[in-house]
Amino acid sequence: MRPLTEEETRVMFEKIAKYIGENLQLLVDRPDGTYCFRLHNDRVYYVSEMILKLAANISGEKLVSLGTCFGKFTKTHKFRLHVTALDYLAPYAKYKVWIKPGAEQSFLYGNHVLKSGLGRITENTSQYQGVVVYSMADIPLGFGVAAKSTQDCRKVDPMAIVVFHQADIGEYVRHEETLT
Amino acid sequence: MGRKLDPTKKEKRGPGRKARKQKGAETELVRFLPAAGDENFKRLSSRARKRAAKRRSRSVEVSKPNKSPRTETLPGVLSKGAVQARGKKRPAPAENSDGDEEEESEEEAVANQGDLWGSEDSDADMVDDYGADSGSEDEEGKLLPIERAALKRKSREAAAGGQWSEEETDEEEDDVPPESGPPKAGKAEGDLQINVEDEEAFVLPPAGEVEQDAQAPDLQGVHKRIQDIVEVLRNFGAQREEGRSRSEYLNQLQKDLATYYSYGDFLLGKLMEIFPLSELIEFLEANEVPRPVTLRTNTLKTRRRDLAQALINRGVNLDPLGKWSKSGLVVYDSSVPIGATPEYLAGHYMLQGASSMLPVMALAPQEHERILDMCCAPGGKTSYIAQLMKNTGVILANDVSAERLKSVVGNLHRLGVTNTIISHYDGRQFPKVVGGFDRVLLDAPCSGTGVISKDPAVKTNKDEKDVLRCAHLQKELLLSAIDSVNAASKTGGYLVYCTCSITVEENEWVVDYALKKRNVRLVPTGLDFGQEGFTRFRERRFHPTLRSTRRFYPHTHNMDGFFIAKFKKFSNSVPQPHAGNTAAATPTEPELKDQVPPTSENSSQPAKRAGGAPKAKQQLGKQQHSRKPFHKMNGTSKGPSSKSTVPSVPKAQVSARPQESGQPGGKAGVKRKLKRRGPKPKSSKEAALSKHKAPPNSVDSPAVPPPSENSMAPRLKDCSQSLGITKTIEKGKQQFPGQPARRAASLKEDGAPKGPSVPTHSSARPPPAKRRKSVTKGSSQPLLS
Repeated sequence: MRPLTEEETRVMFEKIAKYIGENLQLLVDRPDGTYCFRLHNDRVYYVSEMILKLAANISGEKLVSLGTCFGKFTKTHKFRLHVTALDYLAPYAKYKVWIKPGAEQSFLYGNHVLKSGLGRITENTSQYQGVVVYSMADIPLGFGVAAKSTQDCRKVDPMAIVVFHQADIGEYVRHEETLT
Repeated sequence: MGRKLDPTKKEKRGPGRKARKQKGAETELVRFLPAAGDENFKRLSSRARKRAAKRRSRSVEVSKPNKSPRTETLPGVLSKGAVQARGKKRPAPAENSDGDEEEESEEEAVANQGDLWGSEDSDADMVDDYGADSGSEDEEGKLLPIERAALKRKSREAAAGGQWSEEETDEEEDDVPPESGPPKAGKAEGDLQINVEDEEAFVLPPAGEVEQDAQAPDLQGVHKRIQDIVEVLRNFGAQREEGRSRSEYLNQLQKDLATYYSYGDFLLGKLMEIFPLSELIEFLEANEVPRPVTLRTNTLKTRRRDLAQALINRGVNLDPLGKWSKSGLVVYDSSVPIGATPEYLAGHYMLQGASSMLPVMALAPQEHERILDMCCAPGGKTSYIAQLMKNTGVILANDVSAERLKSVVGNLHRLGVTNTIISHYDGRQFPKVVGGFDRVLLDAPCSGTGVISKDPAVKTNKDEKDVLRCAHLQKELLLSAIDSVNAASKTGGYLVYCTCSITVEENEWVVDYALKKRNVRLVPTGLDFGQEGFTRFRERRFHPTLRSTRRFYPHTHNMDGFFIAKFKKFSNSVPQPHAGNTAAATPTEPELKDQVPPTSENSSQPAKRAGGAPKAKQQLGKQQHSRKPFHKMNGTSKGPSSKSTVPSVPKAQVSARPQESGQPGGKAGVKRKLKRRGPKPKSSKEAALSKHKAPPNSVDSPAVPPPSENSMAPRLKDCSQSLGITKTIEKGKQQFPGQPARRAASLKEDGAPKGPSVPTHSSARPPPAKRRKSVTKGSSQPLLS
């Protein structure tokens, strides 16, 4: 377990900022304690310092996870956000998409969101903007990338993809092994 | 003309419908069978019928009324003779029952001849086993095999109807004997043949006979035999068969239960030891049925009310779990897969057994604490702990299995738990890795005898070795867990040990072991329901505080079998194992931990003594219940001081005397120390003193007394006033053996100061006698030392 290098931190923050923008600051400076990111086995974990102290006693090969895993660095040093970060993205998300109940299941199976399943979308979402996907009951379902800007979404036909799927909570069941 | 079978006409549902159906089936069969009695009861009047029925019922065995109806009965068919007079309702019972009895007894008479069940067997009879069957039924002789089979079926149905069985309840004990005299010649179903003649008593088949029906165990017959044997055993004196011992009945019952419920012999034997017979059957039945699905609301993300509403909207039928749980819900049925709803995926709830919620409730974690969950997979209890702590503090979730850890990671992330570290150690490596936790939860790996309904393989693949191996592992884990708890924690110092097993070897025995080996004591779990743990079981005796542990069973609480024990650690020092020290320290004396232990052999090593003291004390405490006799012996040698509630005074007083006697100097000194040590500060002083003395004198016991005498001097003054009291108290001591603490304390003290003369229990025995004499010169108490 080690702190992130500058480069890694930059890459990761860039990725996260795509979804929550400048609210990223809130993740780092929290009123209820200091939280930090740590790298362990190519995965980035977001932990409070109190937990960090205890985790320091555990040998690296025996440590499986700590705090919340945000994602992992790939072999080519790109950062990939996992669905486990959703709890921190959702409250601070800048651009949100709500999908209809009928399209929930499809999204939870890993499919993209079609125009026919789109319920609401935040105004002035630009194309390829990172968005967080919600159900109509305001339950965060995952996140993705907007395929079309808000304006374009109004114009396209119902079978067009409006949100590219990146991660959804169905992965807890579908991809349990890849979480660690 | 009687009513004919009319399949288009449906029987009306109402009271006695079953009875009516039974009659119908019988009537059907009666048409096929040239039963001798048929003509009779067509011609008899109702009174005559009654009389005949009574005559028959006295001589005929009755199949069990509580047998489930095995065959379909044709609705709407009523027996020719009897039904006309009988109404459809049960309120016309006299005639009904009479008529029924007649039929019943007749059928029974017939049915008793062969297998009660097993159409496949009866087919075999018809085709092949003429000799076999007719051998037993030569006396009957008249019925063809097919008729016999039909009669058997009829009798079964009649028995299943059972409305009229009240007359026949008397005969339950005289059940159809599985074997009559002659046909014991090892036929496959020979042991289940029923001899019509010999129908009075349930005859237990000789042990060897039953082995033979291995190829086609007649389940119905076995079931019937089980019930028969249970009936016999219920009133053994009256209903036993002559010449048969109780153990024969029990052996047969065990074999039958093993056959009927598909258990291995070992496990069934263990269950028979734990449960009385009536409970045993219920337990076995409960294991055949799955427990209701329960889930726990994740209060970090939602409230139970909201979650229930959301799930009901999805089509799930649920209810709150009970008054004892604030976040539990029980699911009756669901139109959607309950483990895949969007609420589940969003982490609003966790599927968890009801009994798995209990250990965490017992643990009662507080916010900002450090908790260790030693065997955490799949993470249900860990997440419950986290939600009770509201994501504050730290939890270290550990498990030894890497694949199951993946599910822990998944579950904890899904449920939004952020204060957890997940590690992959063998639990026994704690506390070396990290210790000093406020609370520890140990859900130990076990043989799984409480969750047979989830995993029926446990019925057969568990063996003596498995149970003992599990117990050994659990003991090691429990000791490691105890060592990981920080007794000086401001808010904690608790450990919860739980298993999903119901065997005593894995539960009470392990807990008792821990009580002996470490400075812990049992405290109430805080669960107000559940059965208390055993304080004694067969030849074992456990500490009385084991009553505060809790056992849960599938058949009594409708949750998985579970055992929960809550410990409080009162001292961080680890008692050193000492062979000769059998002194029992009560766990309620944390102050004793600093005292020098009464280990004679090690007295020359102060360090050891210091280490031994807490252990000795603890051992004293833990073992005292089992060692009472021994203690008494030692107590006699050491004097009743150990038992006194006013230790300091009497001890001080008494200790003076041994000095005078001088001769068992060491021992006296020890005793003196014991007595002196009532008040803590004094005892610590003594400990210091004795420690000083210890190294130089392994030999010079005389050296020991003088210093103690010196230190005693001031105390004696204190004591002198209370001398009078002490005497009576000392007497009282002997009468109140329930002062183990004091005795333990005194015993410990004894050991501490004296090198060679420390009276270990083994060595103390002969000297006490001497001491007694010397000591009791002036005192009325024989045991003053």
